[in-house]
Amino acid sequence: MDSVKETLTAPIFKNNPIALQILGVCSALAVTSSLQVTLVMCVALTAVTAFSNFFVSSIRNHIPGSIRIIVQMVIIASLVIVVDQFLKAYAYAISKQLSVFVGLIITNCIVMGRAEAFAMKNPPLPSFIDGIGNGLGYSVVLIAVAVVRELFGAGKLMGFEILPLVTDGGWYNPNGLLLLPPSAFFLIGLFIWGLRGFRKEQVEEPDFTMSKHTVVKEGA
Amino acid sequence: MSSNDSVSKTLIVAFSLCIVCSIIVSGAAVILKPAQEVNKTLDRKRNILSAAGMLDDGMTIDEQFAQVTTRVVDLRTGKFTDEIDAEKYDQRKAAKDPAASDALTTEQDKAKVSRREHFAIVYLVEDSAGDIDKIILPVHGAGLWSTLYGFVALESDGNTVAGLGFYEHAETPGLGGEVDNPRWKSLWPGKQVYRDGQAAIGLIKGSVDPAGANAPWQIDGLAGATLTARGVTNLVQFWLGEDGFEPFLNNLKSGEA
Repeated sequence: MDSVKETLTAPIFKNNPIALQILGVCSALAVTSSLQVTLVMCVALTAVTAFSNFFVSSIRNHIPGSIRIIVQMVIIASLVIVVDQFLKAYAYAISKQLSVFVGLIITNCIVMGRAEAFAMKNPPLPSFIDGIGNGLGYSVVLIAVAVVRELFGAGKLMGFEILPLVTDGGWYNPNGLLLLPPSAFFLIGLFIWGLRGFRKEQVEEPDFTMSKHTVVKEGA
Repeated sequence: MSSNDSVSKTLIVAFSLCIVCSIIVSGAAVILKPAQEVNKTLDRKRNILSAAGMLDDGMTIDEQFAQVTTRVVDLRTGKFTDEIDAEKYDQRKAAKDPAASDALTTEQDKAKVSRREHFAIVYLVEDSAGDIDKIILPVHGAGLWSTLYGFVALESDGNTVAGLGFYEHAETPGLGGEVDNPRWKSLWPGKQVYRDGQAAIGLIKGSVDPAGANAPWQIDGLAGATLTARGVTNLVQFWLGEDGFEPFLNNLKSGEA
């Protein structure tokens, strides 16, 4: 039971796919300007990761090594299309805002990464849980970024006004930069910095250290 | 594990996986299609109503849309036509199709749309007596980054604005994106379109002086969004001008549409 809990919770902070593995950052930039859209994206990605892990793991003993990646892609792509169809049918307004980003879950590195790294080597059930765990890890970062961006960029949360804007007769002058994609880079950077401040073991060994002059200056 | 890598096994796995996945995908697409179509229609109706300033959260969209009649206008003659079916007509596609649109000269093409479609779908809102209460016209044109798509609603005199709204654009949030700001949109109703027979309505820099002689044709500019504001002015003037809906509005007024 402990290993189940470990598989589920480890990706949230200890081995977060965005913060530690730096995977799936692209969609984190694009969909986090509003919290509602972000939540739907998180659910969609978690579902796709969990089920793709489950199905890849179920047939892992029959997947020929030479077409391994293609098989994974076919499974992931099919799941993404099904999710996209569901969103179009039951959450049309949000699916319109997410537009291409649902489709781009196919190329989200987290989904592929987990299928290849975990599901190919583990039984279906742990793989499914690993998928949910990684989806949650992705969600934690996205939700944190979206809360900051929507609250300080538009003065709203989930579309409800929290900070009345100057343009609507209130007092809050919104930070327009937060609604543009680059702000997500800064926020994710700060998140990673904060996380590694708490969990020192996540700090990577520097690949390269600046050394002092090796040639002694003339005349010294 | 070596048997997994044999040619026949590879082919069998690839083939059966494709079959299973395609059945799932096409199954989902076919089963969910009706729900998606309903959503699309609702979404379009909501945009139309919200442009006309008629959106009422207390009623369902379909109830509110009951007072709206959909008609097709031939932009070349400025008259109603039954030549095409509004249900099946894709105006956006037609605007790109050389067979269903006319090229515009640089002089005409204020809104930077390059082609004008032959037919446009307009929506007429009728009051309980069956008279036209509002006319909702589709407009589009280039802003700063993107093409803005929206609707302009006019009162029955064909000159007073009843509302304006965009349902699709990709202008900068906070600057050009303020075209979605309800406070700014609320400046439009009551403004006049035509001055001495010319579509003169437009955005100015800064705020409109309510006592000024030009105030009825002017709308506050969008701070920090000069190019989007210029785009909005151009597209409204184009679509309400002589190459847009002006002939149709004149025909409608004289009862010849």
